[in-house]
Parts: sequence; C-alpha cells; structure tokens
Amino acid sequence: MAITVLFFASLADAVGTRELSLAHVSGDTVASVRDRLVAAHPQISEFTETLLYAVDEEYAEENAPVPAGATLALIPPVSGG
Amino acid sequence: MLIRVTPERLDPEEAIEAVRRDEAGAVDVFLGVVRNTNKGRAVDHLVYDAYPSMAEKTMRELAEEAVARFDLTDSAVLHRTGRLEIGETSLLVAVSAGHRAATFEAGHWLVNEIKRQVPVWKKEVWADGEEWIEGPESLGMERAPATMRGS
Repeated sequence: MAITVLFFASLADAVGTRELSLAHVSGDTVASVRDRLVAAHPQISEFTETLLYAVDEEYAEENAPVPAGATLALIPPVSGG
Repeated sequence: MLIRVTPERLDPEEAIEAVRRDEAGAVDVFLGVVRNTNKGRAVDHLVYDAYPSMAEKTMRELAEEAVARFDLTDSAVLHRTGRLEIGETSLLVAVSAGHRAATFEAGHWLVNEIKRQVPVWKKEVWADGEEWIEGPESLGMERAPATMRGS
C-alpha cells in the first residue's frame, strides 16, 4: 500500500501539487519519506528547517514510523487566526 | 462543542448560542479580523489555506483542553478558509464559564494555542504581489534556529 503525502500553502506552490502518492518502503519513518521527497523535489529542502510533520492528522517527530496506507502531511509554519 | 473549518462566513451569534448555559454567568468572544495593513504594507485581501480535517481535530483537542484547564462550561472554535476581504472574521472563539475571569484567561490561552498549532495558513495579497505568511508564534518557528526567527 502506498503513502499519501499532503502539501499546503507555500510548500504546495513550490512543489506544484497538494497531494501525491509514494511507494511505501518497509521501515519507513517521517525522515526517510521526507528524504525521498527532497530527492524527487529538491525545492522542499528550502522548507525543511521550519517544517513540521503529521502522520494521520497527528503531529509526529522525524523518527516516527510511517506505516503503509498512512497520510503524511508536510506542515510549514502555521499562520491561522 | 462547536468546531468548524469552513469557507462560509462566521456568525458570532451562532458560537455564543452554542456555549450559552443557564449555569454560565460569562461568555467571552474573540474575533480575529482581517486587517488592512501588515508591517506597514497595505493589504488588499487574505487567502486562507487549511488542512481541514487535522485543523478541526486540533481545534477540538485544544477546545477540550481549555474546558478542562479553566473549568469552562463549553467552548467553540471556528476558522474560515478561502478568500477574505478586509474587516471579515477569520477566527471565532467563544467560551463560557460560571464567572468572567476563567473566560478571559481561557479565551487568551485558546487563541494563542490556535496560532501555534492549528494547520491553517494565510496568504497576504497586496496590489503588487502576494506572500504566504509564516506565523512567528507557530510551533514550526518555535523549533527553528534563532536566526530564522529574526532574533
């Protein structure tokens, strides 16, 4: 089963899409998926310093597992309100 | 507990009615409103993006935490998305409690946490350009090296 990746705001503009599907690799973590995304879309590296991550709608650390079928959201600094 | 992320106009009366209780002697309401200027630059309008399902989940968790932390009777959090004109309401928070002190404190805490954690983003649109805003109070900026926060 694949991983669904979501982009928002400035990052969605930079990547040119809001959603993409990625093959799941056994043992995937937030960091390993992020690294594959950066390799495919180098412009993401400009965001990583302030980027947060959510796995299935819950903020997750870089070492958190990303199971097959999960949704990983890349979250630039929020500015609601 | 009224929680909503919506492109529709926000109505303060709806939030007030949602948190009003016979035992609550105080209701505090906060409106975040689109301002016509930011950092000395004239703003034409804002566009809000959101991760709606996670935003509502995070708003609900924060609203529940506020109820427990400040002994509220209820709380409501609504955030608007899409294009907003100057003077329109982007964020609506209402809290109720037995007495006013808890509502003031809870409203303040809740708005601060919403700005830190809820996955919503605003884009400023000027006459001659536009820019996605990175919230200085956001969790992401909090974790970034000091140099990135301009301090």
